[in-house]
Amino acid sequence: MCYLFIIQNRGIIKKGSVYTFLYKQVRIFVAMKTETTQLHKTNGMKDGLSPIENAVLNDYKYGFVTDIESDSAPKGLSEDIVRFISAKKNEPEWMLEWRLKAYRHWLKMEEPQWANIKYPAIDYQDIIYYSAPKQKINPESLDQIDPELRRTFEKLGISLDEQKRLTGVAVDAVVDSVSIGTSFKKQLSELGIIFCSMSEAIQEHPELIKKHLSSVVPITDNYFAALNAAVFSDGSFCYIPRGVRCPMELSTYFRINAENTGQFERTLIVAEEGSYVSYLEGCTAPMRDENQLHAAVVELIAFDNAEIKYSTVQNWYPGDKQGNGGIYNFVTKRGICQGINSKISWTQVETGSAITWKYPSVILKGDNSIGEFYSVAVTNNHQQADTGTKMQHIGKNTKSRIVSKGISAGVSNNSYRGLVHVNKKAVNARNFSQCDSLLLGDKCGAHTFPYIEVRNNTAVVEHEATTSKIGEDQIFYCNQRGIDTETAVALIVNGFAKEVMNQLPMEFAVEAQKLLAISLEGSVG
Amino acid sequence: MLTIKNLQAGIEGKRILNGINLDIKAGEVHAIMGPNGSGKSTLASVLAGRQDYEVTGGSVEFLGKDLLELSPEERACEGLFLAFQYPVEIPGLSTTNFIKTAVNEIRKYHGEKPLDAVGFLRLMKEKMALMNIDQSLLSRPLNEGFSGGEKKRNEIFQMAMLQPRLAILDETDSGLDIDAIRIVANGVNKIHSKENAVLVVTHYQRLLDYIVPDFVHVLYNGRIVKSGTKELALELEEKGYDFIKNEIDVTEQVG
Ligand SMILES: Nc1ncnc2c1ncn2[C@@H]1O[C@H](COP(=O)(O)OP(=O)(O)O)[C@@H](O)[C@H]1O
Ligand SMILES: [Mg+2]
Repeated sequence: MCYLFIIQNRGIIKKGSVYTFLYKQVRIFVAMKTETTQLHKTNGMKDGLSPIENAVLNDYKYGFVTDIESDSAPKGLSEDIVRFISAKKNEPEWMLEWRLKAYRHWLKMEEPQWANIKYPAIDYQDIIYYSAPKQKINPESLDQIDPELRRTFEKLGISLDEQKRLTGVAVDAVVDSVSIGTSFKKQLSELGIIFCSMSEAIQEHPELIKKHLSSVVPITDNYFAALNAAVFSDGSFCYIPRGVRCPMELSTYFRINAENTGQFERTLIVAEEGSYVSYLEGCTAPMRDENQLHAAVVELIAFDNAEIKYSTVQNWYPGDKQGNGGIYNFVTKRGICQGINSKISWTQVETGSAITWKYPSVILKGDNSIGEFYSVAVTNNHQQADTGTKMQHIGKNTKSRIVSKGISAGVSNNSYRGLVHVNKKAVNARNFSQCDSLLLGDKCGAHTFPYIEVRNNTAVVEHEATTSKIGEDQIFYCNQRGIDTETAVALIVNGFAKEVMNQLPMEFAVEAQKLLAISLEGSVG
Repeated sequence: MLTIKNLQAGIEGKRILNGINLDIKAGEVHAIMGPNGSGKSTLASVLAGRQDYEVTGGSVEFLGKDLLELSPEERACEGLFLAFQYPVEIPGLSTTNFIKTAVNEIRKYHGEKPLDAVGFLRLMKEKMALMNIDQSLLSRPLNEGFSGGEKKRNEIFQMAMLQPRLAILDETDSGLDIDAIRIVANGVNKIHSKENAVLVVTHYQRLLDYIVPDFVHVLYNGRIVKSGTKELALELEEKGYDFIKNEIDVTEQVG
């Protein structure tokens, strides 16, 4: 057994290239569209709170509820509910059987307790598992979409038709549980690319779904994955045929809308031999004082020489400053590098949710395959995040790279949990992990749990970790140049997260940087 | 431009400045000299508004405003610039982005529109030529891995970019070899004009060969104990600080 274990402690880490002026500003995510001009100095002492506690005064800016008549299941979970959902969606018998199998298995499972998070017990019978916004017509074009819903999109800033014209990003929006509008389909279908809602895929492409669905995340994989399989309402399906390079970023917008609905979406991306796709997922949720459960499953499959790049910008409602409400985000994301020379890359910017439980992983099965995980996780106020990745080296000459940047403020807790596993047969496996934590204030926590299992002595596994605090001297230096504290924190944090932000598709990088700044508004005074 | 009256300040209950009086007019160059620990950096920090220090008495007027009432960023926007003795590093933040943010924040304060990319690049090019600074340095993360000399040059470059009314240089010469000192001093001289003033804080006289002061003040134990013209610096150089110390300590004992 051979592994190299380096723990390195560097100096204070700060933030970076916020307003790179060459970036084109594209407004895709309302989630991130906020007046930066409000960043000015309201710092200092508010109500006798320390500047750091003022972090807590930062309000969620996307909490609005759309009034669309919804078509809901009764509260609670049972075989009948599973049947109701399946029937609502007009699913074939095999799909219902698949769901029921998952449900029956779920009944026998226990909720995992090992993560570094605390929350009151979830009452699974108190949740509405299906809520579909009522559509009067089946939209063939965006113009046919319910005007109320379109206003929601406008508030979200993802006016689909505007995007169509301006940005060349194909968006498949999911409001609550049903996929609403799929744009760009025609252009994509000419290349043989399938990009549609999961419900539609089950109807239109049953062979592909039967073959690949739950082939990466089995329905019995874990508690939340089993729950998702039983009740998932919709999601996206994306299929890139052999040798095709998808010419645009594909994007799905998830948003939890109805009260007491859990959102259980399910995404499957299949990249055939020699193909390439870059996919972006963004999320927001309206403000509620109750917690909402969100348990998604994402599966990625890359065949020989294929590459999948999956980026997430997650901005679910984090709860209020006292820690009431907010989304419980229990997500299973896994990709398999099935073929030789294949590559899967996860990039995530996680700023929302009261609780985040999420470990996007890669199974490196094909020889020479590459897995990457780039993560920025911000926690503020009472947020808790336990997130990281799992890299499973099985094929020869497989490589993985992990870059995790955790930023904690307020009284939040931010944990990195990662596993690098090198199989007996994985000759010449290489892993490099870098886990950096940045603390804003002294009431928050940063924790790192790196697990390494090496079963082949040709492997080289490196791990570096640093923890730093935003220094008063850094803030003062910025102040002395005319930069107020809010802006200084934003500069420092973005510098800290730069390596990850650089992985985001260009169009989203600027917005994601703003989102970081907004999430931390008022955290340091 | 700057009028300091009987300024007293300290940190954590410890008195460091014991009544400073100083008057600086537009167009002047003042030098403050003094042994280590006499309070030079403290004075610079208090003027720039560092919050760790507590002002316990006295007043400071800057361009007609009560300086002590302003936040550090407001002081900067009003035209006060401090070239730090120990510039901080900000990993990941490109020096260019940092300076662009600073330039535009100051413009915003004065109700001006931000400079666009073209305007900013033009200004950068002009000042880079003036300061003899390399583009590659400016695209690196702020001060990260910079040599001592590079950090100091970066401070002076920022000063050129921000065009302050009063620049305080805190031991900008320390740790520099003679060539680097000459470059930095040249930079300062190029920007100096009738409209702005410079306060040079230094331990050694040699910087004053290049930045010639109109007035020299000696700081000792948190007080300006002697003021004069540039000849005073030469006298200090020749006799060392001990001669001042002895003079003062004797007077104090007698008093
Ligand atoms: N942050 C601090 N905490 C405690 N003492 C300090 C601090 N900063 C400066 N001092 C003390 O104040 C005195 C003056 O320091 P300083 O202003 O740095 O002097 P100079 O710049 O002239 O060398 C010294 O005795 C120093 O130890
Ligand atoms: Mg000093």
